[in-house]
Amino acid sequence: MLLHQRWRPILGVAILLAAAPISAWSIAKEGRGEPVTKLRRLTQEQYRNTIGDIFGSDVVLQGRLENDVRVHGLLNVGASQVAVTPAGFEQYDLLARGVAAQVTGEKRRAYLIPCKPADAGKADDACARRFLTETGRLVYRRPLKADELRDYVSTARTAAQQTKSFYAGLETSLAHMLVSPQFLFRVERGLPGPDGYRLDAWSKAQRLSFLLWDGPPDPELLDAAEKGELDTAQGLALQADRMIASRQFERGTRAFFSDMLGFDNFSGLSKDGVIYPKFNVKVAQDAREQTLRLIVDQLVRQNGDYRDLLSTRKVFLTRTLGPLYDIPVQSRAGWEVAEFPQGDPRNGLLGQLAFVMLHSHPGRSSPTLRGKAIRELLLCQEVPLPPANVDFSVVQQVNSTKLPTARDRLTAHNTDPVCAGCHKVTDPLGLPLEALDAVGQLRLTENGARIDTSGQHAGVKFDDPAGLARALKQDPSLSSCLVTRAYAYGAGEPATADQAAWIGTLEKDFRQGYRYPALMKRLGTAPLFHTLPRPASTTTKVAQLRGGA
Amino acid sequence: MSHKITRRFLMRGAVGGAGVAVALPFLDCFLDGNGQALAATGAPLPARFATWYWGCGNHPDIWVPKTTGKGFDYTQQLKPLERHRDQINVLTGFNVMLDGRPSEPHTTAPWAIRTGTAPLRGNVVDVPSFDVIISDAIGAGARFRALDACAIGNSKESLSRRSLSVINPTIETPLALYARVVGDGFQDPNAGEFAPDPKVMLRKSVLSGIKDQRTALGLGLGAADQRRLDEYFTSVRRLEEQLALQLEKPAPADACVVPKKPGEGPVGMVIEHARTNHRLMADLLVMALACNQTKVANMIFSNGASHLHTVGESSDHHNFTHEEPFDETLGYQVKAVWFTEQSMEALAEFIGALAAVREGDGTLLDHSLVYAHSDTSLAKMHALEDIPVILAGRAGGRIKTGYHIAGHGAAITRTGLTAMRAMRVPVGAWGTQSQETSKAVDELLA
Repeated sequence: MLLHQRWRPILGVAILLAAAPISAWSIAKEGRGEPVTKLRRLTQEQYRNTIGDIFGSDVVLQGRLENDVRVHGLLNVGASQVAVTPAGFEQYDLLARGVAAQVTGEKRRAYLIPCKPADAGKADDACARRFLTETGRLVYRRPLKADELRDYVSTARTAAQQTKSFYAGLETSLAHMLVSPQFLFRVERGLPGPDGYRLDAWSKAQRLSFLLWDGPPDPELLDAAEKGELDTAQGLALQADRMIASRQFERGTRAFFSDMLGFDNFSGLSKDGVIYPKFNVKVAQDAREQTLRLIVDQLVRQNGDYRDLLSTRKVFLTRTLGPLYDIPVQSRAGWEVAEFPQGDPRNGLLGQLAFVMLHSHPGRSSPTLRGKAIRELLLCQEVPLPPANVDFSVVQQVNSTKLPTARDRLTAHNTDPVCAGCHKVTDPLGLPLEALDAVGQLRLTENGARIDTSGQHAGVKFDDPAGLARALKQDPSLSSCLVTRAYAYGAGEPATADQAAWIGTLEKDFRQGYRYPALMKRLGTAPLFHTLPRPASTTTKVAQLRGGA
Repeated sequence: MSHKITRRFLMRGAVGGAGVAVALPFLDCFLDGNGQALAATGAPLPARFATWYWGCGNHPDIWVPKTTGKGFDYTQQLKPLERHRDQINVLTGFNVMLDGRPSEPHTTAPWAIRTGTAPLRGNVVDVPSFDVIISDAIGAGARFRALDACAIGNSKESLSRRSLSVINPTIETPLALYARVVGDGFQDPNAGEFAPDPKVMLRKSVLSGIKDQRTALGLGLGAADQRRLDEYFTSVRRLEEQLALQLEKPAPADACVVPKKPGEGPVGMVIEHARTNHRLMADLLVMALACNQTKVANMIFSNGASHLHTVGESSDHHNFTHEEPFDETLGYQVKAVWFTEQSMEALAEFIGALAAVREGDGTLLDHSLVYAHSDTSLAKMHALEDIPVILAGRAGGRIKTGYHIAGHGAAITRTGLTAMRAMRVPVGAWGTQSQETSKAVDELLA
């Protein structure tokens, strides 16, 4: 193939690159054990963050990213399951060409390309190599190997010769790099060690950066990996501290909670415009941002107790959100902080617009969906599926005068013991939130009858949403759920039974103060976090392309 | 040239007012003496395949025809389809069998229907859906192996998959579908002049180099990851094939009329919006088939738990199926039934759009098979029995039409197997456990 003729690499580069990643490749070659590899496709957000971090957030993405898939409660676990669809690859190709054109375009080349070609109308291997070496290290999240770099330089050269443009050549090569499986998938490599398959330094850097930043390692982290610093507890801790102290930790925190709370469901969220005239797309966007701001404020900026997220009286508001609270918001653009009185149903995470909107129907609230969400998202408990052959008739007659409130209707429905089994699990947690309608507006009555906001959880009875928050704060599942989700989010798979003891220690440590940054540091620096389980069966020979498919 | 302009003008009118067949000759020079095959190659006109899905089933009492075989009665809910009765088969009495696996309402059954295998839970099933099996068999030579669209604008609503790792996303808006079909890379098959684009040659050449990376990645992958990597490389190859086609002069397709760009309208669950977007997307898919851009189209009209609704109503289609009392006089849920009838109106439009395109000795519908189905029969109960299936089109003479077939409780997989056999997929048995079958609905296969 014309573009992939082999040629002798410049000796110095080859030596430099071969020397850098000591661990994975050399050990495998020496036959001290086969490495184990895990593939995790970049999530939509990770793709965006990666392009933004490497080339600048002003680079526009023109194309659709593959759908993320939720598995075991997290998109980041689904990322270990998904491949690339034909339609998705077309889009990755489109995106890659768009990014490469912008990066090498006249506007950006001065600061994104570290050298100038001798003649812009011709190939220039030296300049191409310099750009592709530096960019390749960020795109691959490790230094390019000699043959990889050689191929990319060769592509740039041939394309430049054909197009009579150095920059078009570089554009072609960069676009090629951005559809590589080594970019689209996070490739984690583990080597057999005394305590399982230990990640190599580059894989450690990736795990840490996606855990804390939801983005790729920056040059400093890659330098640390290259120097072997991530293989010492001290070096790892130093990097984790630096990363947690950085601005990007807020982005990582938002990403983790967006995943855990299912905020991807905001896309496509709709409410009936006649029943809820105050709802619109901007309200939904601000509602999402409102909760993420609250989380970042409580957990990162204040370094507060995770449990207090459920009862905080602080609420962030914009002019768009004001009408839903019946509060005038002064500032035209931007956010204001308000505090509601003790006991206001709109306090805390569960009173936030985002939570009640996402767990309602388009035209009505749903105590069942809200209770189910509390169980599944915050306590990591599984609620059974509704059985087939059920008559739901009475539940949803929302204009009923005989059964004016949702509680009345659910009570009638639950005379059927088959239904009652599940509803006992969900409804007592969701009914207190009936004080908030399907878009989060406060209400005292439904169909003229006063709403009863009492409920119970784990043997604790309460009268209102504040009581619900108190009961949940006492439930140890609240903190253990956060820890197990954080692990699965970072590792791309739920903890195995072997790891139960270690996860138990993490939980115990977390309960010392319920501080989220400390939990993430503890997780990100734990040796067991940086290991891979042995896959069911590994491939030691390289398979041929499968026919047909 | 003046002939072409007139023909296109006519065709646009016909597609816009779906359901009206306009007699336009397939140019004789492309065909053999019988008008059934391409003269240049002797190959028969390609058979095309489409799936069409709607959520929340039907009301069997006013759906199932009283008689079977030919000349059956068009019941209340089937009425919208009656205008295509010569091209329709109604299949009733086929069941989804889960063999004790859990039924997640509106999710499990449609995947069991499409893949022949009961999911372990929810949508967890790791075998291809039969539309993918069909597109693998017949899809080569067209630009896309399949085009997937969703009238309610959610790319995650899809019933097409190669495996657990590859679930084909649907296109969310008419404009996005237009861009995919007529945008970057489209070649008008009837354009006349052709010169390969050097940029495409370069792209294809570069893309073919990706497979060299397999060596570096393959080492140490578990079996599942190895397969995901294979799937990635399959997708790369699909794009390579697309680019290769762009370097060849496209075969003329006389029924092809390059579609016009649709406008941007509201997208979502409001039924009027879904109907409008469906109509626009149906026209685009039909032209993608006629213009040899694909041979397989998948349309999701509504999601399984159909959340279609009318403005100002606190309940949606799904809510009505569960909450609405049966009308004592009529014996069914009036509002729920209205949504099913809307869905059948939409299906009739989809079929009509295919019927409106003249091709060879008949219409595009004559050369196509549409497999339409829902996730349940009576949605109130999430019933897995008596799943409604409609087949439309003669699949190039491979399917007999005009029949009502009663399955009497047979596995639903017999209907999918019928579609595959009609598309000449060499498949002996299909499905697993109770759904495994080697018996198609043979009465319908010509």
